[in-house]
Amino acid sequence: MTTVPSPFLPTAHEAGAYRWQSLVRFLFLSLTVLLLVPVLGILGVLVVEGAPAMTPSFFLDKPSKLGAAGGIWPALVGTIWLTAVALMVALPLGVAAAIYLAEYARDNWLTRLINLAIVNLAGVPSIVHALFGVGAFVYFLGFGESILAASCTLAVMTLPVVIVATRESLQAVPKAFREACWNMGASRWQTIWNIVLPNSVSGILTGLILVVCRAVGETAPIMFTGAVFLRMVAPESVFDRTMALSFHLYTVSTQVTEVPRAIPFAVALTLILVVLSMNALAIWFRMKLRGRKKW
Amino acid sequence: MVSPSLHATPTARDTAPALVTVRGLGIRYGAKVALQGVDLDIRRNEIFGIIGPANAGKTSFLRALNRMDEFVPHMQIDGTVTFAGRDVRTIRNLYALRSHIGVVFPLPVGLPLSIYDNVALSPRLRGERSKAVLDEIVERCLRRAALWDEVKDRLQGLGSLLSGGQQQRLTIARALSQEPELLLLDEFSIAVDPVTTMRIEEVLKELRRELTIVLVTNLVQQARRLADRTAFFLGGRCVEITPTERMFSGGATDPRTADYLEGRFG
Repeated sequence: MTTVPSPFLPTAHEAGAYRWQSLVRFLFLSLTVLLLVPVLGILGVLVVEGAPAMTPSFFLDKPSKLGAAGGIWPALVGTIWLTAVALMVALPLGVAAAIYLAEYARDNWLTRLINLAIVNLAGVPSIVHALFGVGAFVYFLGFGESILAASCTLAVMTLPVVIVATRESLQAVPKAFREACWNMGASRWQTIWNIVLPNSVSGILTGLILVVCRAVGETAPIMFTGAVFLRMVAPESVFDRTMALSFHLYTVSTQVTEVPRAIPFAVALTLILVVLSMNALAIWFRMKLRGRKKW
Repeated sequence: MVSPSLHATPTARDTAPALVTVRGLGIRYGAKVALQGVDLDIRRNEIFGIIGPANAGKTSFLRALNRMDEFVPHMQIDGTVTFAGRDVRTIRNLYALRSHIGVVFPLPVGLPLSIYDNVALSPRLRGERSKAVLDEIVERCLRRAALWDEVKDRLQGLGSLLSGGQQQRLTIARALSQEPELLLLDEFSIAVDPVTTMRIEEVLKELRRELTIVLVTNLVQQARRLADRTAFFLGGRCVEITPTERMFSGGATDPRTADYLEGRFG
């Protein structure tokens, strides 16, 4: 009696392919898990070292002894001011530019020049943006060293990424929707307003918040444009100078002597918490605005 | 209503000024020629059928009628197309031109709006704000597109989540909501089941009283059922235009048309 070979038994070649496939999968998985190490490491060290210093008075008091004691209230409020104003500046500029590029621009030399400029602007180091901010906002536009100047600098620095992210959100809306609208006699703007924007607003806002919040963690752009080493009161208008968490972290960890070990860690942890809560806000936005799948 | 003339004797309709006149129409996409030397008239209140194999230039022809070259990259239109007596190349306000022309493409496009808003969009773009008027338009257009009974209880549901056939009928309802003078149908029945297709065809026959229809179709029998006159396009040229009845009863003037109708090439 002869056994009929099952058609589902793998050949030697197929068995080799399966083994190779499992190996590749395991390799990529382990490399991905490796990404978690710095995240968990950073958070772990910050919590272990910084948490003991994080009392309510640390958040709510003004600093004393150049930051070596007391709290971080003016810096915390200052960072929130900088974020909010930078968002307000980056939103209209970035969205307008992205709408122009995604919906109106034809493929000509001007568009190519603008795209080239965006790519290059994204590659400019933050300290160069800072010097630009000093020249353009502090002196030329006469904002002085202020929240306004610092936030404008942050906004300009983030604009290229905001524009690219927004343009991608706009382009994710299928072209067929636009053509259907145009064929009904809708103008470009009616199409954008009725169809494109409602379906990309969650992506636009999420991208904007993520990008700007990341920038607020930077020290260089605000150092010369509006951030100060010490200021005992929280800012009250956009023309005030302000302390900021990122700059405060820089000073307490390098410029001030005899700072208790826990303070810089606590400042860093606060900065991360501020950025993370902004990100949580962005995620909440996204879920709220895009509760249902539309196509 | 007087039954449409299907015979050679000229009637009042045959001599009335055409809604669309096309002279020497050529269409290129970059260096590729899609259509050349097309001369034809589309009369008011007729269903003008266009049949022909793939790449014959049927869809390109429709695109030229409502100036879609504005958003199709590299599309070039030569020759003249007049719509209601105006050369479409000289119309500055293309939005107005397009709002007079309804378009339905082979693949349905339900906009990511509610079913109601899909149909109410065009009237709203024209500035209609009255809820009562919009309600009336939405119901009338959905009924005509043979969709009302299926969606009347869920008008606030998303139009883009309907089934393919339903979305196509929604697209037709949307085109009707423009109250167009001219309706361009490009293989509207590809995504629609045969029973519904028949219902829509009945509606199209009735619509002939109010508007003019250009029907591009791959189903030669559909052209036979609906069209007053049928044009046969082949390889970027209009081979012939003949009253449908005559074309399908052996009266095609060009042997290639007869070959196509009998399925001898394609």
